[in-house]
Amino acid sequence: MHEVLLVAASFLACAVEMVEALTIVLAVGVTRGWRSAIMGTAAALGALALAVAALGPALALLPIDTLRLFVGGILLVFGLQWLRKAILRASGFKALRNEDAAFAESERAARAATRYGSGVDWYTFVVSFKGVLLEGLEVAFIVVALGGAQHSIALAAAGALAAAVVVLIAGLAVHRPLSRVPENTLKYGVGVMLTTFGIFWAGEGAGLRWPGNDASLVGLLAYVLGTSALLVSMLRRRRKLLAPTGAAA
Amino acid sequence: MTHLRTFGKFWYDFIVGDDWRVAVGAAVAIALTYVAAHQGANWWWLLPLAVTALLTISVRGATQPEVAEAVTDDEWGL
Repeated sequence: MHEVLLVAASFLACAVEMVEALTIVLAVGVTRGWRSAIMGTAAALGALALAVAALGPALALLPIDTLRLFVGGILLVFGLQWLRKAILRASGFKALRNEDAAFAESERAARAATRYGSGVDWYTFVVSFKGVLLEGLEVAFIVVALGGAQHSIALAAAGALAAAVVVLIAGLAVHRPLSRVPENTLKYGVGVMLTTFGIFWAGEGAGLRWPGNDASLVGLLAYVLGTSALLVSMLRRRRKLLAPTGAAA
Repeated sequence: MTHLRTFGKFWYDFIVGDDWRVAVGAAVAIALTYVAAHQGANWWWLLPLAVTALLTISVRGATQPEVAEAVTDDEWGL
């Protein structure tokens, strides 16, 4: 059960971040040329691979309970942050991410930037590098945290890699931002899963014995999902009440 | 120093995000769980309850009329 949820969480988190990174790379690639965009992407992927390769084995050296307490705590805080934003988006209190709008904005900025010489286009390189590195850092963090707490980085990395391949193929096929991907729903799912793993591992690391052992992970998942759905429902009602005052207009 | 501050801010925004009270509350709940477990009490219910309480307080705070980032969107479906 652990393994399936771990791969699923890693896959979803990576898919979400890959869609965002793809939007940036596509925008500069289509507007200013693919050579520098691909070089920037490759350089960022190399830096990320180095970070995971360095951090992964280092985490494996720590005692499992200490690791779960630390990683569980970080995942819980990180997951709550995702879930909080997802609840606010789902209830209409925060703007949904729109890949078409993000693509148009990146494209506009890329057209406006000056081009120097005929070699490497440094604007394209840097924008691609930065986009992939920042979005990828989140994936690397999740892969290392999820995989590290379970002492199975390879499993988490496999989930992330599968998502990267799927999004890349889809991006190459359509040559447009993947605006049809239900990105905000995926983010909601990632928030629920990260929070669930955070509760479970922080508890185990703190010395808890969960009722039902590993099976409690499913119960926790249902609990976090139920709690967040209730909050969304509560906030939607609140938004309707606020509407006449202009706050939700 | 500026780079160090930028680096620290990046990680703070990345992990803690918009509401530091959630991070502090989660840390307190984990610490209480740890202390209880090492005193022989298996308070497995504490962390799930803390999550509900923290999320509720945080999203209620963020949706007060004076701070709410209101948008119109009816496309979302759970």
